[in-house]
Amino acid sequence: MKLIKYLVVGFVFGVVLTKTEAVSWYRIFEMFQFESFHMYGIIMTAITTGVIGIQIIKRFHIKDIKGLPIEILDKERGTFRYWIGGLIFGLGWALVGSCPGPIYILIGSGFITVGFVLFGALFGTFIYGFFKDKLPH
Amino acid sequence: MNILTSTWHWSVSGFIIGVVMLCLTYFGKTFGMSTNLRSLCSIAGLGKKVPFFNWDWKSQRWNLVVVLGAMLGGFFATHFLSDPSNVSINPATILKLNKLGIDAPNGKLLPEALFGSDVFQSPKKLFLLIFGGFLIGFGSRYAGGCTSGHAISGLSNFQLPSLKAVIGFFVGGLIMVNFIFPLIF
Repeated sequence: MKLIKYLVVGFVFGVVLTKTEAVSWYRIFEMFQFESFHMYGIIMTAITTGVIGIQIIKRFHIKDIKGLPIEILDKERGTFRYWIGGLIFGLGWALVGSCPGPIYILIGSGFITVGFVLFGALFGTFIYGFFKDKLPH
Repeated sequence: MNILTSTWHWSVSGFIIGVVMLCLTYFGKTFGMSTNLRSLCSIAGLGKKVPFFNWDWKSQRWNLVVVLGAMLGGFFATHFLSDPSNVSINPATILKLNKLGIDAPNGKLLPEALFGSDVFQSPKKLFLLIFGGFLIGFGSRYAGGCTSGHAISGLSNFQLPSLKAVIGFFVGGLIMVNFIFPLIF
C-alpha cells in the first residue's frame, strides 16, 4: 500500500507528459528548431515551480512524509562528464525525440516500436557501466 | 473542443511536473527517470558481471512503480483523452519535416517515418531507434541524469553540474537536428 502513492504520482506524470505532448517526437523537433515556445514554457514553468517549492522546503525546514528532515543532496562536482555526457544524451534525445520518462510512457501507450529505443537505452546504460572506470569524469 | 482532450497548456503541465518532483521530494525521494534503466539492468542479472549494476536497486523499487504509473497514465491519456487536433506544431516546422521526407503529425504523437510498424523491413530505422536509445542510455548515465534528474530536479536546486549537463543536452540536440538530420533522412 505504501507504493500506491508512487503509482498515482507516476500516473499523473504519464497523463501530463502525454497531454502536453512532451512525449511527442514532433514537439522535440519543433523545440530544437526554436519554432515554438511550448516545450520551453513547460520546462521553465516546471523549474520555477520546483525552485519555489524547494525554497519553501529549505526555509521552513519542512519534514518529509515520515517526519524526517528533507535532505536534498548536491550533485557530484565535475565538468567533463556533464558536458560530454549531456552532449551525447542530447544527440539521442533529438534523434528519437524522447528522454527516459517518455520512453516508458510511449511503450505504455502502445507504441511498440519504442521498445527498440528502450532496448538501446538499456544497452547504452550497460556499456556505460562496463567502461565506467576507464572513462574520464 | 474539450479542455481535457485538447493539447494541455504549457503552464498547466509545467506546474504539474514541478509538483510531481516536489511530491517525490516530500516522500523523501529524488525525481529521476534514467535511474530506472540502471535498475532494469540489475534486475536482468548484470550485477554479477559488472560492479556498477551490483548496487542496492531495491531501494529504487518505488521508482519502478512511478514508471508503471507513468505507463498506465500514458495509456489512459492516449486512448481516452486524445483528439485529432493534437500535436498542432508550427506550420514552418511541418515544412521542414516535409523537406526531410518526414510525415506531418495530423494528430499523431510519433512520425511513421521513424516509428512506423515497417521498422522490421527497414534495417536503417531499426538502427536509428536502437542507436538513439543507446545515446540516451549511455549519455544519461555518464552525465548522471536526464531531463528529469538534471533539468527539473537539479536546476530547481541551483546545481551547477545540472546546468552544465542541460547545456550539453541542448547543444547535442541542436547538432542532431541541424547537422545530422539532413544526412540521415
